[in-house]
Order: sequence, then C-alpha cells, then structure tokens
Amino acid sequence: MNELRPDPDKLLDMVQREQEKALRGKLKIFFGASAGVGKTYAMLSAARQLRDRGLDVVVGIVETHGRVETMAQMEGLEVLPRKEIEHRGKLLSEFDLDGALARHPPLILIDELAHTNIPGSRHPKRWQDVEELLTAGIDVFTTVNVQHLETLNDIVGGITGIRVQETVPDKVFDQADEIILVDITPDELLQRLKEGKVYIPQQAEGAIRNFFRKGNLIALRELSLRRTADRVDDQMRIYRQERSIGGAWHTQDSLLVCVGPEPGAEKMIRKASRIATQFGVEWHAVYVETPHLQHQPRAERDRILKTLHFAQDLGAETAVLAGQNPDIVLVDYARNHHLFQIIIGGRRTSAWNFFRPSFADRLARLSTDRDVIQLACAVPDERISTKPAVAREATPKIYWMSYAWAVIACAAATGVAALLLPYFDIANIVMLFLLAVVFVAVKYGRGPAVLASFLSVGLFDFFFVPPRFSFAVGDVQYLLTFAVMLIVALIIGQLTANLSYQVRVASHRETRLRALYEMARDLSSVLLPQQIVDISHKFIEATFSVKVAILISDAEDRLHLPDTGEASALAIDMGIAQWAFDHIEAAGFSTDTLPGSSVLYLPLRAPMRTRGILAVEPSHSSWLLIPEQRRQLDGFVALIATALERVHYIEVAQDASVRIESERLRNSVLSALSHDLRTPLTNLAGLSDSLTLTKPALPRQQLDLAIAIRDQTSRMSALVNNLLDMARLQAGNVKLNLQWQPLEEVIGSALAACEQQMSGHHLDISLPLDFPLLEFDAVLIKSVFCNLLENAAKYTPPNSTVHIEASVDGSQARISVTDNGPGLVPGSEETIFEKFTRGVRESSTPGVGLGLTICRAIIEAHKGRIWAENMPVRGARFTFTLPLGIPPTLDMESRA
Amino acid sequence: MTSHTVIIIEDEKQTRRFLRLSLEAEGYHVFEAETGGEGLKAVASRKPDMVIIDLGLPDMDGVEVVKKLREWSTIPIIILSARSEEKEKIIALDVGADDYLTKPFGTGELLARIRVALRRAISNEQAGNGTFSIADLTIDLIHRKITKMGEEIHLTPIEYRLLSVLAQHQGKVLTHSFLLKEVWGPNQMDNAHYLRIYMSQLRHKLEKEPVRPRYILTEAGVGYRFAVE
Repeated sequence: MNELRPDPDKLLDMVQREQEKALRGKLKIFFGASAGVGKTYAMLSAARQLRDRGLDVVVGIVETHGRVETMAQMEGLEVLPRKEIEHRGKLLSEFDLDGALARHPPLILIDELAHTNIPGSRHPKRWQDVEELLTAGIDVFTTVNVQHLETLNDIVGGITGIRVQETVPDKVFDQADEIILVDITPDELLQRLKEGKVYIPQQAEGAIRNFFRKGNLIALRELSLRRTADRVDDQMRIYRQERSIGGAWHTQDSLLVCVGPEPGAEKMIRKASRIATQFGVEWHAVYVETPHLQHQPRAERDRILKTLHFAQDLGAETAVLAGQNPDIVLVDYARNHHLFQIIIGGRRTSAWNFFRPSFADRLARLSTDRDVIQLACAVPDERISTKPAVAREATPKIYWMSYAWAVIACAAATGVAALLLPYFDIANIVMLFLLAVVFVAVKYGRGPAVLASFLSVGLFDFFFVPPRFSFAVGDVQYLLTFAVMLIVALIIGQLTANLSYQVRVASHRETRLRALYEMARDLSSVLLPQQIVDISHKFIEATFSVKVAILISDAEDRLHLPDTGEASALAIDMGIAQWAFDHIEAAGFSTDTLPGSSVLYLPLRAPMRTRGILAVEPSHSSWLLIPEQRRQLDGFVALIATALERVHYIEVAQDASVRIESERLRNSVLSALSHDLRTPLTNLAGLSDSLTLTKPALPRQQLDLAIAIRDQTSRMSALVNNLLDMARLQAGNVKLNLQWQPLEEVIGSALAACEQQMSGHHLDISLPLDFPLLEFDAVLIKSVFCNLLENAAKYTPPNSTVHIEASVDGSQARISVTDNGPGLVPGSEETIFEKFTRGVRESSTPGVGLGLTICRAIIEAHKGRIWAENMPVRGARFTFTLPLGIPPTLDMESRA
Repeated sequence: MTSHTVIIIEDEKQTRRFLRLSLEAEGYHVFEAETGGEGLKAVASRKPDMVIIDLGLPDMDGVEVVKKLREWSTIPIIILSARSEEKEKIIALDVGADDYLTKPFGTGELLARIRVALRRAISNEQAGNGTFSIADLTIDLIHRKITKMGEEIHLTPIEYRLLSVLAQHQGKVLTHSFLLKEVWGPNQMDNAHYLRIYMSQLRHKLEKEPVRPRYILTEAGVGYRFAVE
C-alpha cells in the first residue's frame, strides 16, 4: 500500500468543500497589531484598485475616525446607507445587512470585524453579519486588530492591561481566504500618533495613551506577526495534505478538554483552543455531570454550560456527559472519539479527598495510552461567570431553608428523646438521632445530612450523656458511641442522599422519556398536519410550561401558521422564522441570531427536508441552558419533523393513487368512446359510400346527397380521431414505439397517405443522401407529416409548392415543411399550436385546429421542438427537430 | 362479372349490412357470420374465395380466427381493425392475414384490396414461371435477373433475397418481423434497422424517386408491401 496516496473519502470531502467554497464569498482580512497601523487605509486602497479595474465595489461600513488620508481614499466609492436603529431613546446608525444583501455587490467593505452590533440587530456580532454576506456569495474585505482575536484576547490584556470586550472567534480568522498583515514599526506608529494622524477617542484618551507605549507596541507587533505566521504555516500544512506531500496526520494530538465547575474554566478553554489551532487538530470540550455536580446551584451550572458554549464558538465539539465517575466517562469518550490528549483544569485537592488519588492520577491510571495534561490552577475569569440575578437570589434561600430544617429535625429528635428517656436505655435513644439524619438526608440531601450528623452527636452528648447539660463526658466509653454514631450518621446520610438523589434523577428521566414516548405514540397515528400541531402544543406546553406555535412550510418553502381559527398566543416574527427556516438554523431567543427576541425559532428538520418551524416562548430566561431540557426539546423537534414528513408523504401517496385511478378511468373512457364513436361513423361512411355505388346508379340529386353525407362523415371521423389522439397524447401515457429508421421512409408513407389532398400542389423534397437513421415512432411521425402537409395544402392556393427539407444541426435533426402560400397571420406563430386555433379565424376552410397541437405533443414526446415562422418573402415554414442519438451499426452482410 | 364468394365475420350488424351492399353491388356472393365460431364453420362449409374478419369479435379474438383458418386454408384474409388495435393488427398479419383495413375505410379502398388479394391467390395457384413484372420492372427468380427498362440491376445477395421475398408475396402486407425472419433468419429478429437500411438501399437502386416509391410501399409501423400495379 502506498501510504502517501490520498484517501478517496478525504478527496471527495475536499471536492465537496471546494464546491461549497466556490459558492461562498471570499473573505479578506486586513490584520494589524493595533489601531492606527493603516488597516482601513490599506483596505480602501485595495478596493479602489479593484474598482478601477471595473469591479462593482460597495462600502458597507467604514469608520474614517476623521482621518484625512482615509477619507480621501473613500472618495468616489459607493457607500451603502446605514440603518437607523432606536436604542434606549437614542437613534443610532448601524451597518444595514438587509440592504447589503439586497444590493448584492460582488465585493463589500466592512470595517472592524469585531464590532458588537446595537441590540435589536439581527446578529449580536458584526462577524456574524459578515458570515451571512459570505454565505450569500458576496466577497468581503474587513479589518481586525490582534487584540480582538478571541484566543489572544487575554494575552493582549496581560500585556497592555486593557481588556477589550469585542472579540472575533479564531475560526473566522482561520477560515478567511486571505490575510493581509498591515505592519508598520512601533516608531513609525508613535510618529503618526504624534502627528495626530491617528484618531483618539476623547473619553478614553488616558487609557489609550497607556496602550500606545512602545513596549506594548513591540509585543503586539510580535503577536500579530506570529499569528500570521501560524496561519501561513497552517496553509502550508493544508497544502501539503491536499497534495499528499508526506504530511503527518495529526490525530495523535487531538484534544479532549474536561470542563468542570472550578473557576478559570474559560481560560482553560482558550488555552486548549490555542493548542488545538497550533497543532491543527480537532478538539472536544465536555462537561461530565456527576450526581454531586448536578446538585450545584443553578448559577454554577449555567456558568459551566456557558463555558461549553464558548468552547463551541472557538471551534470545539461539545457534549454534556453524565455518570457517577467522571474519570471513566471521560476516558470512554476519548476512546470513542479517538482523542489522544486529555486536558483537565488544576483542582485544589479538597481535605476530604486527601487520601484519594487525584483526578489526574485516576485518569492517567485508566488510560495508559493517552496523555493527561493538567493545566495550572487558573485565576477565575469574571467575564463569563456573571451569574443571572434571578438564580442568585433564589438558590441560597432554598439552601438555607434545608439546613434550617436539618436543625429543626435534630431538635425534634432531641425533644422526643427527652420524653422517652425515662423509659428507654440511652443506647436506644441514639437510634432516634440516626432516624433524624436519615430523614434529613432523604429530604434535603447531603449537606444538611452532614450538619444533622454533627448536630445529633452534639445534642446527644449535651442532653443525654451524663453529666447531662454539658459537653463533658463522664464515661470514656461514650467516646466510642460518639465516633460510631458520627460515622454511621455520615455514611447513612451520604448513602441516603445519593439514593434519593438518584431516585429523583431517575424519575425526572422517566418523566422526560415518558413524555417523548407518549408524544411519539400519539404522533404515530396522526393523518393531518393539524393533529400534529395539536399534539405538539399539548406535550411541549405541558412539559416546559412555555407557549408554542408551529409554522408549516408549503411547496414554495414559505412558512404558514396553520389555520386554527384562533389567534396565536405568540407574537411570531415571520421574518425571523423564515430566516431560521431558510438557513436551517435556530434563531431568536438564546441563539446567535437575534437573541433579543423573546421567542426561539427551531427548524423542524426531517430526513428529506425542513418541514417548518417550531416557535417557543419560554417563561424565564435561563430555560434552555439546562442540557436535559434542550435535549428533550430537540427530541420533540425531531419527532414533530418526522411526523410532518410522514404526513406529507401520506398526502403524496394519496395524490399518486388518485392520479393512477383517474388515469385508469380516463383510459377506459377513451377506449369506450373511441369504440362507440367510431363504429357508427364507420357504418355511416360505409353505408353512404355503398349508396353512391348502387347499381343502377341513383338519380343525380340523390347521388350528390349521398356523396355529401359520405364526405361529411369522413370529416367527422377525422375530427373524432384527432380529438381522441389529442386526449391520449395529453394524458401523457402514449408509449412510443421507437425504432431506428430512415426519414425517407416515413415521408414516403405520409405522402402516400395524403396523396389526395396534395394532388393540386407541387412537392419538392430535399433530403441528403447520407442522412442518418433517426429513432422515432413511425406512425406518430407520419401523422406529424400528414398534418403539416394537409395544413400546407389547406391554407395555400392550388399549384403552390410545398418544400420538405431535412438537415443535421448539431445534435439535432432539423426537418421543415415550407410552403409559398400567404403565410401565417403575424403574431400567431405560437398560438396556432394551441388547441382549437386556426390560421384564419372563422374561415370556411374545414378542420379543427387540433392538428398542430397533436404535432407539438408528438414532437415533444420525442424530445424535440416544433415551431412555425413566416418566410421573408412569402409562405410559412414549420420546423421540427428530433434528437440524433447514435444509430445502431450495420454489420450484417456477414451475419446474414 | 366475377362470382367469387366472400364471407364476412363481423359482429356489428350495420357494418355487415354496408359490406354486403357494396360487395353485392360488385357481384360477389356474400355470406355473413356474427361470431368467430360461426365464421369458421361457414368457411369450412361454404368454401369461400375470401374472408373478411373483424378483429374485435365477441366470442374469440380475430387473431385466433386467422390462426385457426391458417391451420388448414390458404384463402385470402383481410382484417378490419379499429385504430386502437395496432398491435393485434400486426399479430394478425404475422399469423397469416393478407391485408388490413383500418376503420373507417372507404368502399373503394375495400374493393381494391379484395381484388388484389384475389388476384394474388389465383396467381399463386398458377405460380411456377417465377417471373414477376410490374410496370417497367421485371424480376426473374429463376435466372436471378432484375431488369428495369431492359437494363439489368445488380443487387447484393441480401438485397436480392429481400426483393424476392417481397415479389413472391406481391400485394400482401409483409410485417417487419416476417421479412427479418425470411431474409436474415430467426436470430436477427431484434435488428429491425437492418431491414430498414437494406430496404432503403434497394429502393435507391430500383425506384426513380425513393421518397415516393412506386414498387416497394411502406406500411408505417407495420411493414412493407410490393405493389401490384
């Protein structure tokens, strides 16, 4: 095996990626170490050059900051009008994404990629706007400073002492098609500053003065150079991989980051992202939820989930895993996903686990074939851990209440024990306290149980162990009682708390599963979309206590609210819904797209296509952060989508069977009609014909009548034939009897068939001797010729010439019938092919205008084209084409 | 005046009536049969010179009647078909019918076909001199010599075989499959284009205007017929 040969799957993947890339717009980033290096200027002058070469360039948004040089560059470029958005009573202007998409220029300039949009814009971040522009196939030029890159943000913060809030995910930077580093030396930049060429906002002047210290500038410059170099390195690596130039495949370095509740998780994620980017490997971030962790206050959990979300933004695959032993779960996950390095945060070993091996040790012991990297204890990063205010108030209250109950339970146990002391032995009194601990553990969990354990020992000592009402212990043997009592209480408390927790978790799970199961069961029997809507309402509203609406898409991919007859409980923004549907991406509440909306729009994506949108309005803001809920909602969404698709296919199947049935009916009506009409016509024609032939001959007048009857009958029967042929052809079920044959032969048989009609006309046939065989149905093409010849005979005066001509035109045979008569009524060249149209309206020339309609149907069934035109001087020409194909070869003189 | 006997097997009363009228006007003796079974019996007992069979009969398929007749008789058979019976028409010709008429048809057309078929039957009986001639074309099968206006025409072996099969069945409609079988043998039945190409070559050698043939006529979708006059 040649190891260097590219993997076919990878090649296919590459082709697909390149196809996608070809449709996408190109992103060019002008990258600089700090403000004032001239990124915007460079971008504008690059754009000007393209504009001068004839490219339609539009300035989407550029801040000149009053810099004269930059403003000069802007001159003459088309600037997109900004959008005015009202925010807190102030009218602010912002980049107009919809305007840009409507204008759809080949290239648009968007300054400051890291900009945060004004609340109420479609996306919270400008880079998301750019993403949408690129998806729409628009090329984008943009600018970024090094400190705005997500993973470098804290490093820059460390250097300069200033943290910027606006960041761009590194993946945007890395996936850009081109990076132009705009670089000047720190001295030059300082010079420019002094000359006042760099605009400095008044309010932050001091901070920015600090920022522009030479040391900072050197460090920033180094950082940006290095980052650019990393990217070039990546490009080299990708190039080598794509060309199969013996590159190493980096699966060995793929990372798994374990996110825990400890502070500084975000920093760990940044670090991991940086490592992953540097080595160009995939990385996953997971959170293992243990019973202990599940017990965390909601704010804690929200923080962890936000960290995971953050990792996802940085390009990680994320997952929430559940299990008793995080080490086992982690190693399993790493094995299944072929991740070879496990990164964990530094944990301070707690006093409880002093004698236990550390988490890192346990991991290392479990996975001898994987590296375990423990990062240093990180400083908490406050940027993410801002807890939701509601959660912070609610949780501690419940917490303190349960501890209070633990105290009350112990007090009650003491009271009862005091009452029973005269009758029972002191050793049995102890049992009452253990009972209290069990009660607290079941009811309030581990913490209160521990408190209850200690409290019980204390109370027992104080009230019941002689000397009573003092903590002093008279008899040393009570020390053993205390120790055993404490240990037993702690263990019982621990076990009971775990058990009751697990029961609770299990029952939650069961409720969730039952809801899913019941919904699946109910949905499996529905036949109408409305039933799906009703069932979804019932289950989702009951499960989450939220408001729900379902929008179903029609054949043109437009969304509709099913007509329920009552107004929807939700204020649905059809614009967001349609966006989510078109992009097959969740939008609205808690997403990246229009997060300000109070409604979450989830696309109902079924195996074949997206069927609609589920709109959900949650009752509180932290709702979807809980992974189980999210999972359950996703489950509901999948069920609804599949049900909608199933119902759709039921409709399709019904349509098909109705169509088959109606076709069968039409066919039987047609054949009955054709028999019932033709038999009397045949007889009429024959009988009148035999009248004309009677011997002795009829008197003159009666003979004329008989002949008239015969002629009218034959006209009638031609008409019936045409009508029935048309009906058959239009039903689309004519089976062509395709045979390879010479055109000459079919023209010959057509000429023989309409010899009588053509008798008054001259015929001129030019058919090349080497004209190829064509594949057609002889009977049908003969009737095309007959129709065209009869028309020519009918609409031209006697002694006119009809010219039949055939030639090869590319992959088509082109056959025309031309006359030198009066020609077509101008403008009727197309309408004459419609049913019941004739060249001259209400003319006395017999024949219903079905002939040409039949011709068109026949030619189209042969995958050809037929059209009519007037000749420059005189006459009309009817031309039709037939595909040439590859005629079979002739090798039979030998075979015969 | 001829006094040939014709049997009409047709279930439609009015059709029988006008057929009888026109044929009797021409001096034929006409017998009618309403069903296939009746018709077969009539043919056996009356020994007619010609049978006209409608394809759509109530008791049995017209094709079946042709087949049964051909088991013991060579009398000329003309079939009457409706337009929706294209396939049956070709099968009927394949199993031995001489000619066909598609409804509705003119009486003149019918009489002409009957005349041709009858004459063919008579000339078959007298066959033996192996010479066919039509207008200025003479085909001498014994000496393998084709002359047109006294000039000899040279044919390839296949062209000759094709022409001789056509000439021997002068006036009769020969289906594509019949000709393929006769000229190329039963193994080339799927190569209908062979026949068409050779037919075209033959026409170019014989006919003055191949697109408006005088000798070899095309029956579109069915086959060919060697003209009588």
